[in-house]
Amino acid sequence: MKFTLSWLKDHLDTQASIEELATKLSAIGLEVERVDEPAKNLQPFTIARVLEAKPHPNADRLRVCKVDTGKGVVEVVCGAPNARAGLVGVFAPIGSYIPGTKSTLDKRPVRGIVSNGMLVSERELELSDEHRGIMELAPELGEHVGESYADVMGLGDPVLEVKLTPNRPDCTGVRGIARDLAAAGLGKLKPERASSGVEGTFDCPVEIRLDFPAEAAGACSCFAGRYIKGVRNGAAPAWMQQRLKAVGLRPINALVDVTNYISLDRGRPLHVYDADKLAGAIRARLGRKGESFLGLDGKTYEVDDTMCVIADERAVLGFGGILGGEETGCTSETRNILIECAYFDPLRTSATGRKTGVQSDARYRFERGVDPAFIRPGLDLATAMMMDVAGGTPSKARIAGAPPAANTLITFPIGMVEKLGGIAVDPKRIRATLEALGFEVDGKGATVKVKAPSWRPDVHGAADLVEEVVRIAGLDNVPSAAMPRTSGVARSVLTQTQRRVRRARRVLAGRGMVEAITWSFIPRGQAEHFGGGLAELDLANPISSEMTSMRPSLLPGLLSAMQRNRNRGFADVALFEVGQAYRGAGPNDQFMAASGVRAGAAVLTGSGRHWTGQAKSAEFFDAKADAAALLAGLGMDASKAQLTRDAPRWFHPGRSATLRLGPKIVLAHFGEIHPETLAALDVASPATAFEVFIDALPVERKKGLGRGQLQAADLLPVHRDLAFVLDQTVAAGDVVKAAMSADRKLIAAVNVFDLFEGGGLGAGRKSVGVEITLQPMEKTLTDEEIEAVVAKIVAAVGKATGGVIRA
Amino acid sequence: MGPRHRGDDVKSVGRAMANNNDLAVLEGALLAEIGGAGDLRALEDVRIAALGKKGRVSELMAKLGSLPADQRKAFGQSVNGLKQRVSDALESRKAELERQALSSRLATERADVTLPVRLGPLQDGRVHPVSQVWDEVAEIFGDMGFAVAEGPDIETDDLNFTKLNIPPEHPARQDHDTFYFHPKADGTRMLLRTHTSPVQIRTMMSQKPPIRIIAPGRVYRLDSDATHTPMFHQIEALVIDEETHLGHLKWCIEEFCKAFFEVDEVRMRFRASHFPFTEPSMEVDIDAAAIGKPGQWLEILGSGMVHPNVIRNCGLDPDKYQGFAFGMGLDRITMLKYGIPDLRDMFAADLRWLKHFGFLPLDVPTLAGGLSP
Repeated sequence: MKFTLSWLKDHLDTQASIEELATKLSAIGLEVERVDEPAKNLQPFTIARVLEAKPHPNADRLRVCKVDTGKGVVEVVCGAPNARAGLVGVFAPIGSYIPGTKSTLDKRPVRGIVSNGMLVSERELELSDEHRGIMELAPELGEHVGESYADVMGLGDPVLEVKLTPNRPDCTGVRGIARDLAAAGLGKLKPERASSGVEGTFDCPVEIRLDFPAEAAGACSCFAGRYIKGVRNGAAPAWMQQRLKAVGLRPINALVDVTNYISLDRGRPLHVYDADKLAGAIRARLGRKGESFLGLDGKTYEVDDTMCVIADERAVLGFGGILGGEETGCTSETRNILIECAYFDPLRTSATGRKTGVQSDARYRFERGVDPAFIRPGLDLATAMMMDVAGGTPSKARIAGAPPAANTLITFPIGMVEKLGGIAVDPKRIRATLEALGFEVDGKGATVKVKAPSWRPDVHGAADLVEEVVRIAGLDNVPSAAMPRTSGVARSVLTQTQRRVRRARRVLAGRGMVEAITWSFIPRGQAEHFGGGLAELDLANPISSEMTSMRPSLLPGLLSAMQRNRNRGFADVALFEVGQAYRGAGPNDQFMAASGVRAGAAVLTGSGRHWTGQAKSAEFFDAKADAAALLAGLGMDASKAQLTRDAPRWFHPGRSATLRLGPKIVLAHFGEIHPETLAALDVASPATAFEVFIDALPVERKKGLGRGQLQAADLLPVHRDLAFVLDQTVAAGDVVKAAMSADRKLIAAVNVFDLFEGGGLGAGRKSVGVEITLQPMEKTLTDEEIEAVVAKIVAAVGKATGGVIRA
Repeated sequence: MGPRHRGDDVKSVGRAMANNNDLAVLEGALLAEIGGAGDLRALEDVRIAALGKKGRVSELMAKLGSLPADQRKAFGQSVNGLKQRVSDALESRKAELERQALSSRLATERADVTLPVRLGPLQDGRVHPVSQVWDEVAEIFGDMGFAVAEGPDIETDDLNFTKLNIPPEHPARQDHDTFYFHPKADGTRMLLRTHTSPVQIRTMMSQKPPIRIIAPGRVYRLDSDATHTPMFHQIEALVIDEETHLGHLKWCIEEFCKAFFEVDEVRMRFRASHFPFTEPSMEVDIDAAAIGKPGQWLEILGSGMVHPNVIRNCGLDPDKYQGFAFGMGLDRITMLKYGIPDLRDMFAADLRWLKHFGFLPLDVPTLAGGLSP
């Protein structure tokens, strides 16, 4: 919403400066987006007259002009073809800054003759792109020679642009803005211009109908019209054109300009038809499939049966409340007109506006809800102004339907201002504020009845009234009040899952990985590849083909990001993300994953080559270590979970595993990424990855804060190394497990320290070396006791795995 | 040199067994040999030649028995004195030789101290700035007694809009450029939440006041340009009880801003505004002096008193309960605080950017230790 300061002052009697007004508007909820003061750049330029223009002695295309600047006659060299004696133009003195050329004018000779200033073009003043010649003002402006060009042309009027919130239709008119400012103490609202006197002498010859099925009756609940015969539709008066131009509208002709002016001035859109182009009765109705019309914007619009249109006997003329039609518009030939002042339903207007994409001043206002009580007054105001600018004889008004009912009465306990708003406002001031905004306040005492004005469809309840009082009293004046502390020393507020999510980030970053945040939506193909691709997780309106489906896993995003980094020349990448993924669209289908990828030599000890040794590429065991360390960091001993070889298909079938608790609960997958998956994601190098499912971790119950007793034996542990020869397919973990089971009391640890395949062992055989730690608790072990345990271990391993002690 | 003279010495001892001068000569010879031993091995040879079973000093002791009784005592004392002094000389020479051996070994052991070392994973890893600020914000609000509430990204129209006093066809819905899923069999369609406000609704529907929560999380809007990404992060706060009013809201925002930007004062501007879910509503600007750029106002959040309709929609009595809500962009406040120029970089996963703007794993924000490292 744009308006000029002088326009505001039509409605507001104020001495406030433009800065004060802008600050106050923003404070009370009418956010000022910009203030333009066009005259600021135009101060140096004055009106001048060319007295004489002679050819330049040294240049064919230049002229030497004698110019009356009002402060004397000066010689100016000019290259414009239209420079001639008698021309009234705009003069720039030496030292003035020319906005169009971004330069300051200095006194210098042009082909030997000194130019004492310049006659400027519109482009040089940034008024337009016109640069074919110097500006030519109307000859009668010659009487203003020497005066400021901006002042004479009315360009000294600052323009304010307010970003309106959708709840304030009243402020789509300058008067509404003036009313708010007056209530906020920045002046006095001037009385309305009397416009009730218009009464026609004959019946409106054009019949007006509302032609809706019952369920769409509200589409246009009221349509008021008036016929004016014998108008002369010339140009609107200069002041009106000036204001329209100042706020960015192009003057069209007097009648159309009046409708635009009232729309801006009062937030009341109107339409005016050339009545001679109408066929029969005019009506508001729903559109029909197949209908179309040529809009005033020169585009043809298709109509459908959800849209409210204005039509005559023959055809659709325009969209109600949004856009008029070209064919019934007013031109300079127009002699008889019909003015339309109607009430269109905000929701339907908005829907049609969105569907057609038309942005118009009418739509802007109707979709916010125009003042339903300002239909007849609006029609009368339009009639009066049109007669002022175009003459003619008005008919009586014709009104079909009735506007929607006015607002209900609100019971307002005025103590609520302080209870909700936190500011004590004197009851008299509360009443005065509401009344200044047009509310009617009935009753005295603690609770009053308040009726909202017809132009405030947004006010329904007491809380709305608190807002009115508080915003006018000033939010900056509301005193800050400390919230009471819920406990003296703050208590922990995070849930276990939230703590785990936080910790997961630190654990993984602590393993040298870098946290990324990647999109929740990924290409559909990737979603399918990673076990997703459910139709219910596909967006109906994705922003791009790369963001169509909710991710079933964090890995596609991370792998793609990894590849992007590799493409930038970073071969060693270790990225992780802790975030949500989706099994379905239900609220419980979202889960938290902590996932990571490593590629190149980005391993725990550091990435890249180093003088201490060969760079090691990330492989299966890096991913296993990441997953196990993360689980440990989250309070879960991975060795207590089952390790199965059934990681999903995006992992390498032989170099991947799953950690689970029972058949249903999956804690993690990890391993090398399947070469086909790498290919599907255009990843050019091997990569390892892990996915840990944070919600799947068992709930940890606090068992008190005590850490339990330390079990540290005084006796030295005993170590024995054993090497077993086994079938190559036997898992080392089974050897460890069998060895551990041989004596649960004495065996403290079984550690695989050596792995050997081939050599003299023969094909398909391998050797697993384990270091057994025996921890005696009561007395030192004798050699016989140690040998007995070793024998039990050898037997247990042999039984479980078929392994024999390596000779 | 010792072994070479051995035969002569034995003879001389035999000849002048009782001669103290001979003992002095022997001592001088032995001490000279000890002093001349060039390494531990040579020294050991000297020790054996002198004090070993058949050493010269030991032999003197062995012959003690053959001496006349009147000479025995004096000679015994002399030999013992000699033995003691030779032993001491051996010990001290041994210690000296060990010191020399260590010095010469150490002289050969030299590290090139200029070779680079690895700083280890704690220096390699990074936490994303948004995660860091998420933790910072939770720290601040945790101190004020706010729990952290979370909810699903995929929401119903009802929880994202209708219950928030944005009924179907409400024009405010157009401000939220919403991502929708395909309609279900019953015609309803899920959407991606456009704000974390549905978490407020879920909380009010499942919890009795007093309520103090913050709701951080991912939100989505169909928007992508220099300053918008289709996914971003919001953090909202909600307080519902019987007393909390606009003054508390202002205080809470002021305290948050001071704590978050880690300054003693933040100049603020409160402007009336409109949101369907709050009444009264206000937008808050801070003086960019808080981030070291005085002279401009920065809009940082929208806020207000929870609309009675919203309270009612959640099954609570708006005549009894009231409170405030506010919301801000987590990414935005991250950018403001840490001078990050472009929102889009937040989600580009560029290692260079992450390494530069990310935080070390041990930089855990705490109130006691400071939020920022």
